[in-house]
Amino acid sequence: MILLLDLCFREGSLSFPEFVSPIRRIVEKSGGEAETIHYSDLDSLPTGISGIILCGTALKDNSYLEHPDRFCWLERSRIPVLGICAGMQVLARLLGGEVVRAPEIGMTEVKVTQKDVVLGDERIFPAYELHNFGVTLPPGCTELAGSGCCIQAFLSRERPWWGVMFHPEVRNEWVVERFVGVSLSGPAD
Amino acid sequence: MKLGVLCSGGKDSLYACGCAMREEEVACLISIRSANPESYMFHTPNVHLVPLQAEAAGLPLVEVETAGEKENELEDLERALECAVERYGIEGVVTGAILSVYQATRVQKICNSLDLWCFNPLWHTDQEKYMESLFTEGFRVIIAGVFAAPFDETWLGREITREVIDELRAISGKWRVSLTGEGGEFETLVLDAPFFRKRIRIYEAAPEYANHNGVIRVTRAELEDK
Repeated sequence: MILLLDLCFREGSLSFPEFVSPIRRIVEKSGGEAETIHYSDLDSLPTGISGIILCGTALKDNSYLEHPDRFCWLERSRIPVLGICAGMQVLARLLGGEVVRAPEIGMTEVKVTQKDVVLGDERIFPAYELHNFGVTLPPGCTELAGSGCCIQAFLSRERPWWGVMFHPEVRNEWVVERFVGVSLSGPAD
Repeated sequence: MKLGVLCSGGKDSLYACGCAMREEEVACLISIRSANPESYMFHTPNVHLVPLQAEAAGLPLVEVETAGEKENELEDLERALECAVERYGIEGVVTGAILSVYQATRVQKICNSLDLWCFNPLWHTDQEKYMESLFTEGFRVIIAGVFAAPFDETWLGREITREVIDELRAISGKWRVSLTGEGGEFETLVLDAPFFRKRIRIYEAAPEYANHNGVIRVTRAELEDK
């Protein structure tokens, strides 16, 4: 089971079908089952979860950054986590990085600089961006990819946590598919 | 949150409007009339019927005309959004974008510059389920324009029923046509929606068709009781 964490400004918001539902469809298409929960409704990791995806939010929605305490439970888990855009910002903060202004809207070129099981080989690919803020590289993390604007992907060296700044649900579904593959190949928490 | 819905008169924008009404307050529809039939952003064959749809929905309308020149039309969109902010106090914009990065990016940039929220409730939706929802939720939608093979003139004016969805599915399996017409293969016109107080009745319409390109131009339509 893959847990999809909805980071939008409230549960059942108008942003849900835009930022959570497409990820759910990719997970299910990849052979995974998905459970969706709003971040404000969770204090600990449910049982039977093999991987967690922190979904993105609307460009103007940064409310998740005002509630860092709502994500502390993530630090106790050892299962794979993928943070997308807003989710990457949450992971970066938990790992000691900072959220910094770095606006990108639309297609850009992402350069993979470090071969990785989720991001694949070193190369350049086009990706869809929708963010006003990026992150600094947290301590203990490796930058996997970047654009001219900001870090596009990192991986923690201490735990299987990936952050991607681009939105893989647009034209790069393979990122979610590979993450689901990694998650389902390991033990559930 | 008060929202303005970008409305072309077609199924996607009005379905998105219904989604927005369930979660937030829709304060107005916003329509851009383009003089350029090649406009990537705004051209639809029956955009002149949006005022009738707004009346049917009991919503005010902000309407702006554009010459439809590629980047100037974005300034016209910005002007329309500013007008909606001023008149109706909207805090965000809703679009019916499904897959078009071109359109979504441009609307997102304008909303960002105006400090407005941007919602796209159909973004990367399951196209099968969406088309089915249109039908089951009580939208009455006709094909108002066709712009690709294998659509012929018999498609013009056809109502989207379950049988038509089946035909579209078969076509999309064989041809490079999306089930929703998102690639511009066909355009639609909404005659009724669950949130319409009245429905649109077409009295006169003129089909024009040649070589897999055609539109049905509605020349007289009125609202009638449901």
